[in-house]
Amino acid sequence: MTQLERAVAHAAEAYPDRQSAVLEALRLAQKEHGGWLPREALVEVADALDVTPAYTRAIASFYDMFHLEPIGRHLVEVCTNLSCALVGARRVVEAFEGALGVAPGETTEDGSVTFRTVECLGGCGYATVVAVDHRYRHFVKPDDVEAIVAELDGRGADAGG
Amino acid sequence: MPAASLLLAGVEEHDLATVDGYRAGGGYAAIETARAMTPDELTELLNDANLRGRGGAGFPLGRKASLIDRKSPKPKYLVVNADESEPGAFKDRAVMARVPHRLIEGCLIVAHAIESRQVYIYIRGEYLAEYEILVRAVDDARREGLFGGVEIVVHRGAGAYICGEETALLDSLEGKRGQPRPRPPFPPIQGLYGAPTQINNVGTIATVPKIIELGVEEFKQIGVDASPGTAVFSLSGNVSRPGNYELELGTPLRELIYEWGGGVADGRELKGVIPGGSSVPILTPDQLDTPLDYNSIQAAGSFFGSAAVIVVDDRCCMVQLALRASKFYMHESCGKCTPCREGTRWLVQLLTKIEEGRAELADLDLLLDVCDRILGKSLCALGDFAVYPVSSYLNKYFDEFAAHVEQRGCPFGGDSSIEGIVAPIDQHALQPTAVVPS
Repeated sequence: MTQLERAVAHAAEAYPDRQSAVLEALRLAQKEHGGWLPREALVEVADALDVTPAYTRAIASFYDMFHLEPIGRHLVEVCTNLSCALVGARRVVEAFEGALGVAPGETTEDGSVTFRTVECLGGCGYATVVAVDHRYRHFVKPDDVEAIVAELDGRGADAGG
Repeated sequence: MPAASLLLAGVEEHDLATVDGYRAGGGYAAIETARAMTPDELTELLNDANLRGRGGAGFPLGRKASLIDRKSPKPKYLVVNADESEPGAFKDRAVMARVPHRLIEGCLIVAHAIESRQVYIYIRGEYLAEYEILVRAVDDARREGLFGGVEIVVHRGAGAYICGEETALLDSLEGKRGQPRPRPPFPPIQGLYGAPTQINNVGTIATVPKIIELGVEEFKQIGVDASPGTAVFSLSGNVSRPGNYELELGTPLRELIYEWGGGVADGRELKGVIPGGSSVPILTPDQLDTPLDYNSIQAAGSFFGSAAVIVVDDRCCMVQLALRASKFYMHESCGKCTPCREGTRWLVQLLTKIEEGRAELADLDLLLDVCDRILGKSLCALGDFAVYPVSSYLNKYFDEFAAHVEQRGCPFGGDSSIEGIVAPIDQHALQPTAVVPS
């Protein structure tokens, strides 16, 4: 048994049907593969759950938190849904564009940061919300962006999860 | 009205994220009371309390419980919908982070009513911090021997708004793409793994211990006759003091925005209020005296939804707001049924055309026509949700839409508060399946 298979088997114990563990299994595999799901990861998860790789790809492509292309070592996500937009999310997006030198949806040339806008993160009363490696930052202003980017430079990879 | 506290009661006095703290505030006494009752008695009590669902549809919890086929030889499941994803809503997050044990106690009580031994809490994948708190609380409560033969599993989603739709949630929990199921059969008859299933929102379940604690009569003194209790209102947008406010149902909208929220931010004029999350029709400033309860908001032409109140000031272009909302629904449409999958693309393309000044007045009719072809014709409510912002903004701010056509462009001339906002679909290489003729 591979480490992934053991972890998947453990996750599957919570359900009468092991297929219910597919999201958890893909999450584990994504973490193991540097934050994204290459073909071999989809095959591994498929084998562990006794489904086809086509099935695991269908699942992975449906949910926003899975990546089917390589991403940076860090993931910066800015909410641009209504409440964040109304209080100035655009200026936060622009500040990240300036600090990182990439447009939303892109990864920095050195592969350190993937930057994207996302739909509502559920922090509307604390807008603008930015998720940095899945940890929320509230009330982010354009002036805060430089410090967030500087902090990422000194940290290990954590885009998975 | 003063602040009322049921869901978030005691958060100031005790650390309710620990078993000891929750017990110090009287927690885990209601489950003992409930277990001394038969499932029939408990279900009847919940029915009497008339607690309407806090997730969006407003279906009474007790009635759901009484629909469960408890005689079925299959297992009975309780599923908690913690996939809070409605734009504007951030209340369930507060309940999970601050009073996780009240949610757990509510699960145990409802599980007893429907004779369920297995509870799944489906939490949206993005809520990582809340997931960690909840898992710790569940482990602590289990270790304290509070479960009484019931098992609670916290299940993480992976980013999909549609999984908040109850049958899509069930499919997702079964390890499939989260796509809604045709109904009937309804979940109380055939839900998770084909077995009888009760599905409730976090806020609904977490209110249950207080109903037992106070007794039904006292509980019904809170709120309004037709909908007793409180709700945690998530207040956001152009307001001075955004945040979560737990208030009695029936509190006037004006009080929430002006007394609790400190009024419109930056001294601006109020333009509109979205009372229940981005998927409900907008209300105008003349409707500020609407009481915040299910029937009153519906009488005002909108919905209680998920109690997420978004304040919009006069700096915002309503065509842009409709377009941003539409881009969200297009992104989140699961693709299973045609009216929603194709219709949301039409809405985005038509609104883009209007915003860019390429539209004729006839396109405004076409926009409403597309709305008609989605509304009530989709497999689940997401289609309707995509329509309500568009049709209500168009009807209530018609002159502004028409001005885009007449002036061949946005009358805000680049100064709208949400000008140039980048939606996730703007980052994708779009492959629209329907193209609006230009």
